[in-house]
Amino acid sequence: MGLARRIIPCLDCDNGRVVKGVRFVDIRDAGDPVEVSKRYCDEGADEVTFLDIAASHEGRATTVETVRDIAAQVFIPLTVGGGIRTLDDIRMMLNAGADKVAINTAAVFDPPFVRAASERFGSQCIVVAVDAKRVADGAESKWEIFTHGGRKPTGIDAVEWCSRMVDYGAGEILLTSMDRDGTKEGFDNQLNRVVSSTVRVPVIASGGVGALEHLAEGVLEGGVDAVLAASIFHFREFTIEQAKRHMAARGIEVRL
Amino acid sequence: MSTLAVIDYGMGNLHSVAKAVEHVARELSLELEVAVTADAQIIARADRVIFPGVGAIRDCMAEINRLNVGEMVAEAMQTRPVLAICVGMQALMEYSGENGGVDCLGLVPGRVRYFGEELRDAAGVWLKVPHMGWNEVRQFREHPLWEGVPDGSRFYFVHSYYIQTERDDLVAGTSRYGKEMVAAIADRNIFATQFHPEKSQKAGLRLLGNFLRWGGEA
Repeated sequence: MGLARRIIPCLDCDNGRVVKGVRFVDIRDAGDPVEVSKRYCDEGADEVTFLDIAASHEGRATTVETVRDIAAQVFIPLTVGGGIRTLDDIRMMLNAGADKVAINTAAVFDPPFVRAASERFGSQCIVVAVDAKRVADGAESKWEIFTHGGRKPTGIDAVEWCSRMVDYGAGEILLTSMDRDGTKEGFDNQLNRVVSSTVRVPVIASGGVGALEHLAEGVLEGGVDAVLAASIFHFREFTIEQAKRHMAARGIEVRL
Repeated sequence: MSTLAVIDYGMGNLHSVAKAVEHVARELSLELEVAVTADAQIIARADRVIFPGVGAIRDCMAEINRLNVGEMVAEAMQTRPVLAICVGMQALMEYSGENGGVDCLGLVPGRVRYFGEELRDAAGVWLKVPHMGWNEVRQFREHPLWEGVPDGSRFYFVHSYYIQTERDDLVAGTSRYGKEMVAAIADRNIFATQFHPEKSQKAGLRLLGNFLRWGGEA
């Protein structure tokens, strides 16, 4: 026995409320982020990820306040993402109580920012979030980095990008399949497998979880170190504990 | 009212550990004043001291040396309970292989080594570095800080370097990640953990509570 695979519930937040989600047409309110985080922690979540989906300038103060409230009551690691563009943004979130920050768009437009961030704060708190979209199928499968919620192609190969981000000091990769996100059809495990076997840092799979078996598949087929899901937990379709029991029954080492 | 000083030498997030001990003190109805500080006088007066740390050892040691933190810790561990966490624990050792090699405080015998690029488990599966997540900790010996913490409990780790010591008598807990490693050290008034008790939910909070009630010397 050794290191457990992690289950990470993700809170997509807009103006201080948990919503789901970025790519759903109707944004359903799923509650108060502090209450929801506490519930996840009690159910046995291994970490919590908080994403500020609007990441507007005006909403920033609310986000900092929420992060501070969560950190004062939830004693598991907390990752904060959405609108992290400067070293000051990172410092502000870490000071509010975040353990890690997720950098997404800023990494694409300014890759040296990832290096500066990891040198200043340490790789252990720098997660690079990668939104990848499939552009070729089969044995020659390829994925490309997209920005703006999956609308804008960048021409950057997703797998090479992940390696580059690790070289720049990313301590972890949060890998979202834009093809699967919001579909409830399960992860793109071919993508997960390729990235996970390429980079030396932990990979978190995201995008597409609609059933407990999808979480298990991420580990068994995708080879990832952690699985992230939002909507299946928000509306209490499943608890974290149910998810863990399911994974354990599939032979995956988890923290129960 | 008892006092606890969390030594702040400007590296990383000390909010977590301060919040966690404040939370535990409330749960246990202990009157506790927590100061996050580098002030030598406050640290010298505190009933208990926490020596945390995150980030790269070279930067940490530079600040530790600049602020004379080594002397404060050395003095504290003579007389009062000290809890060192993660890089705080590594800084207590003699030497770290990180950043091309850095001399540490030498308050506990042992060295800090890199996991390596080709770390594999018993089945030959490639292991990621950093070692990040919840791993089981085997209690190598009894200690007041383990009280009420089931043997084999999982704690949260995040590190790429691990501790080796020839002094088996100082090892309080071990974990396995490709190799056997020291997860906790106990030496008189000092208890040190490679994992983060402040991020390890129930098991971690229990350990912090034990620290708040521990008078030192096991």
